[in-house]
Formats: sequence, structure tokens, C-alpha cells
Amino acid sequence: MHQTGINRFQRRVLPLAVLLFVIISWYIISLFVPSNSVFPSPVDVFFGFLEEAGSGRLANDLIASLFRVTAGFFLAVFLGIPLGLWMGVQPFARAALLPTINFFRNLSPLAWIPFAILWFGIGDAPAVFLIFMAAFFPIVLATIAAVGNIPAVYFRVGSDYGMNRWEILKNITFPAIAPQVITSLRVTAGLSWLVVVAAEMIAGNDGLGFAIWDARNGLRMDLLVSGMIVIGLIGVILDRVLVQLTEIPSIRWGYER
Amino acid sequence: MSDKLIHVQNVSHSFGNTTVLENVNLTISRGEFIAIVGPSGCGKTTLLNLISGYENPSSGSISRNGKLRMVYQQDGLLPWLTVIENVGLGIRHLRDAEEKNRQLKDAIELIGLEGFEQHYPHQLSGGMRQRVELARALTGESDILLMDEPFSALDYLTRIKMRNELVRLLKERPRTVILVTHDIEEAAQLADRIIPLTTRPATILTEKRIELEKPRSLTDPIVTEAVHDLLISLSPGSLPATEKTGIKAEEN
Repeated sequence: MHQTGINRFQRRVLPLAVLLFVIISWYIISLFVPSNSVFPSPVDVFFGFLEEAGSGRLANDLIASLFRVTAGFFLAVFLGIPLGLWMGVQPFARAALLPTINFFRNLSPLAWIPFAILWFGIGDAPAVFLIFMAAFFPIVLATIAAVGNIPAVYFRVGSDYGMNRWEILKNITFPAIAPQVITSLRVTAGLSWLVVVAAEMIAGNDGLGFAIWDARNGLRMDLLVSGMIVIGLIGVILDRVLVQLTEIPSIRWGYER
Repeated sequence: MSDKLIHVQNVSHSFGNTTVLENVNLTISRGEFIAIVGPSGCGKTTLLNLISGYENPSSGSISRNGKLRMVYQQDGLLPWLTVIENVGLGIRHLRDAEEKNRQLKDAIELIGLEGFEQHYPHQLSGGMRQRVELARALTGESDILLMDEPFSALDYLTRIKMRNELVRLLKERPRTVILVTHDIEEAAQLADRIIPLTTRPATILTEKRIELEKPRSLTDPIVTEAVHDLLISLSPGSLPATEKTGIKAEEN
């Protein structure tokens, strides 16, 4: 993560310059495309954003999407990490389940959309189900891999110092897999945020994904782009939040070598 | 408690069809410093693992009297624990918080890492990490220190420094030591008895006693002579023929 050759000022200013360049280019192109229902200008989008924010619809959609992602993602975490741990330590369980987990890992969660609607209807449940399907399998696989990567010497140290099985799990296995598992949580949280948009476009009546689909149906491209920008920004913020976990002192070591 | 802390009797060990150790006999008394030397893959570490009880021998018996502590080659420190937490592993069940803190403070002082208590291993140099390993192994009750190539991951000068450090620590906290190393200089500088293992299947043919006060200078004639003799017994032909070759190894 260490960047060399640029100073702090440049690090701050360069991204803003690129952003400004993109917006200005966008504006100039929009001048040559007369119909703002095909190519809205940044000004249209800005006013569209104010309209959505002012009516309270934006906040409503935002909360709906965040709730679904949180529910589906945490469900995947709380079921996926224990399953991964168990498979990581039990060769029997690994041999039995790994091919199945791998199959579902490689099956696009979006392929479940028809069943999600059929089984759960419209609203929170199908989206939570799809997010779970997207996040659960990668988390299981990452946890298995993390357990497999623990150097044997840590377990030896644990038993040298008289730890019992529970202490070894709590004091050796958990902290040893934490960095790798957190990396996978960052990836799957991003994946969940991608999936919620798709889920809401098809099986929602609110949420940011529904909002942009609704805007498209109403030919309000300004609202559509405003929704896209919000979705992108929230994705970045989610990742920034999870990155904080990697700064915890007892976890930092995992990213230092 | 008996004065014979470790007694290895007619021990042979195989992995599958490969016999690694054959008919090894070894007795170690309280306070001795033993070095087991030999080329990589000769079975030194296997012998140490048998002595520690981590593995059971295919045949023969090993008796241990006293509590063992192991010092690993590198990265035996738990990276998610601070220096002080690592050092305290052996006394984590101590009820008396005051006594515990006193012992931890002593241990940190012993290795001269005051101010680094809250650092994590990855924030330390290789030499500092190995000092923390030593402090951890020497904190709390133990009789026998088993060391598996403890300094082999360090650079040459740091390694020499760590040998003196180990001698100093053992003066403060006497322990019976079994050191496994491929570094003959290290063995000659530290050990009272040096046991060269032959190539596979390894057995003990000779042993070399060095009776010289510690700390020993690396260039002390007795040390250099021991290095010379060990090189010849471990790897005949590794030295060019010089007038020194005439010196007879003192073997028993």
C-alpha cells in the first residue's frame, strides 16, 4: 500500500483532478447530445439528486438496501465462518463437502433470482437470500484456506504451553485466520453490494437497485445516474469501513509480511 | 529428583520405510549443555522431537525428568500477541497478578527489551524476536530447554551476539540445554558435549567434550580446534590438507 515518489499534496489532489476532468468531459459531451433522456448532463443529475434527497425517497432506498446487505452478509458470516473452520480442521468434512461448496461458489448468485422470487416473493427476503448465496460460499472457502495456512509451529507452541483444545481454538486458530478471513470479508461485502442492486432491480419495490430501475422505466435518466453515483459511493464507503478492521494491532501482522 | 534428566535408550525411528535414527543412546545430566550437530536432514530435529515427546519413537524408550520448554527456529512467537503477552504465555495461569507482573518485568529486563513490551513480533528485528523467544522459554518453571536451530535464521554477526546472550541468560537462569544446530561454531562455542550425528540412518558414534569456561571466544584455540575436529568427523575431505590435520580428535 506504500506509494513512493508522490507527496501527500499530490496524493490528495490527483484523484480530485481526475474526478473534475471526468465531470467536465461528461458535461461537454452532454452539450452535443440534445436529449437528456438519453444522456443527462451533470447539472440534470445534480438537480435529480436534490429531488430524490429532498423527497426522502433516497434515504428510504438507502436504508432498505443497507438493511438487506447487512442481513444477508452477516447471515453468511455467522454460518460461513464456523462451517469453514469445521471443514478446515476435519479432513472428513472437507472431503465430503468441498466439491459441493466449490460448485455453488462458481454458480452466479443471480441464477437464483427466479427461485428467489418464487420462494420469497418481492421485498427484503429474496434480496437477503441472494446476498447470502453470493457471500456464504466464498467465506467458507476462504476460512478453509486460512485454517490450512496456519503454520504448524503455532499449534506446537500452544500445546507446549499447556493449552487445551478450546484454548487452542480461541487463542491460536481464531487469531491466526483473522487477517485472511477479513480480506475475504472485504471481497464478499463488495460482492454483496453488487448483488443487492441486481436483486432489487428484479425482485424489489424499494432500494437503490429498484430506484434506478424505476427511473429507467420513467425515462428519468438523471435520477438513474444519481442512483448509480450513490451506489458507487456507498460501495467505496463500505470497503473503507471494513479496511479499518485490518488496522487492529493484533490483526495488522497478517498484512505486514 | 534424579540427576539424569533425559535418558534415551536404544531409540530407533522410521518414517514409513525410511529409517531416520538407529539405535541412539544418550544420557543428559542436570545442568549440561548438549549440542547435536549434523547436516540438514540427518535426523537432528527428529531426535529433538522424540526427546520433547512431540513424536513417539518406533522402538526404544525415552525418559524425561523435569519440565521442557522448546525454542523454535524462527517465527515461534505468536504474531497476534505483543512481546509481553508472548513472554507471559508460560505464566498465564499465575493467580497472583503482582508476582506475574514482577516476573514479566524481570524477563523483559533480562533480554534488555524495556520499552518494547507492547510491540508486536513483526515490528522487531530477527535478533530481538529470538531474544523474546528465549525470554518466553525462560519465564516460569522449567528444567530443560530444547532449542531447534534457534539462531539459524539470523545473520552471522547477530548470531554470534545471540550466542553470548544465551550464555549470559543461562548464567542468570540455569537450565539443562539440548541445542540442535548445523552450525559447528555455535556448538563449539556453547556446548559442554557435542554429539555429531552420522548421515541417515543417524546414530551417535562419538561425542566431543569441551571443558572451557563460558563465554568462550570464537577464536579461542580450544574452540577452533573443536570446530576443526568436528568438520573432519562430520564431513571428511571438507578441509584442505594442512599441518593442522595432524591434531587427533579427542574422542570417547
